[in-house]
Amino acid sequence: MTDLNQDAFTIAGVQYGSRLLVGTGKYKDMEETRAAIEASGAEIVTVAIRRSNIGQNPDEPNLLDVIPPDRYTILPNTAGCFTAEDAVRTCRLARELLDGRNLVKLEVLADQKTLFPNVIETIKAAEVLIKDGFDVMVYTSDDPIIARQLAEMGCVAVMPLAGLIGSGLGICNPYNLRIILEEATVPVLVDAGVGTASDAAIAMELGCAGVLMNTAIAHAKQPVLMAEAMKHAVLAGRGAFLAGRMERKLYASASSPLAGTFF
Amino acid sequence: MQIQLNGDPFVLDRAMTLTDLIEHLGLSGKRLAIELNLEIVPRSEHSQTFLAEGDRIEIVHAIGGG
Repeated sequence: MTDLNQDAFTIAGVQYGSRLLVGTGKYKDMEETRAAIEASGAEIVTVAIRRSNIGQNPDEPNLLDVIPPDRYTILPNTAGCFTAEDAVRTCRLARELLDGRNLVKLEVLADQKTLFPNVIETIKAAEVLIKDGFDVMVYTSDDPIIARQLAEMGCVAVMPLAGLIGSGLGICNPYNLRIILEEATVPVLVDAGVGTASDAAIAMELGCAGVLMNTAIAHAKQPVLMAEAMKHAVLAGRGAFLAGRMERKLYASASSPLAGTFF
Repeated sequence: MQIQLNGDPFVLDRAMTLTDLIEHLGLSGKRLAIELNLEIVPRSEHSQTFLAEGDRIEIVHAIGGG
C-alpha cells in the first residue's frame, strides 16, 4: 500500500515529499505569508523578481528571510514578462540572487486581461534557458501539442493552466489535461485556476504530479486555514488517483445485500 | 556622474564600485542581484566593478509572487 506521506516525486533530480507548490503573492503581510506557507506543507515556493525599492524602508523584512532558501526550494518566476527576452533576463537575475540555483518557473504572458501564456515566446525563452543550464518548469496553455513540445525540448516540468491565473474557476478543461497527462514524459503540474480544495483534488485525481497555486490560498477569507485544506486536498486527490476510482453507472447498485431479508 | 538606477536618473558624487553603491543605498547585507548594462554582475565582482557615466543599473530582489 502506498503511504501518502512517503509518496515523493522528482523534479530535476530532486525529490519532494509535498505535491503542493505555493506562491507568495497577495498576502496581507509577511507573517500571513509565512504562516500560510508553513500550513500548506509546501516545499517548493514561488517568488517574483522585482526592482529593489531605492531609498524606501531599507529595514522592511525581506521575503527570503521569511521563506528561507535553506528550508524551502525557492522557485523564481518570470511573472509580468511578455517577451522571451525579458523572461531570460529575469531568470538570470534570479539565478544570481539565489546563489546559482537553476530551477525557474518560466511564464511568458500574452496580455494583461487574460494573463494567458504566449506560447511562441515561451518556447523561445525555454530554448535559451535550457541551453544556459536552467531547469525550466514551464507555465503553458492546456494545449497537448505545446505541452509535448516543451517536454521534448527538455523542460523539467510542464505546468498547464487549469483556468486563468487568479480566476479561481477551477479545472476548466479536464479533457485536455487528460490528454496531456496520458502523453506526459515529465511531471505535469496544474498551475493557475484552482479556486478551492475540490479543484486541487480533481487535478490530482486526473493524475497530475502536483498543483501550484497562490490566489486560492492568499485570497481565501482565512488563508492559513485554506492552506491546510489544500494540503489535505492534494493528498486526498493523489490517494484517490492511486487507489483508482469505481466505474460510473447510470443506475443504482445496492450496497446492502438483498439476500437474507426477512420481509 | 549620473547613472540610471532602477529606471531613474541617479547622481553619484564620487567614483564608486557596486559595493560602494550598495552601501550608499543602505542595502548592504541584503539579498539582491545586480545587472549592469543588461549583464549580470556576480556578487564576487561587485567590489572590483566601477561605475561609469551613463551606466544602467538594475538592483532586484525577491518579492511575493505566484
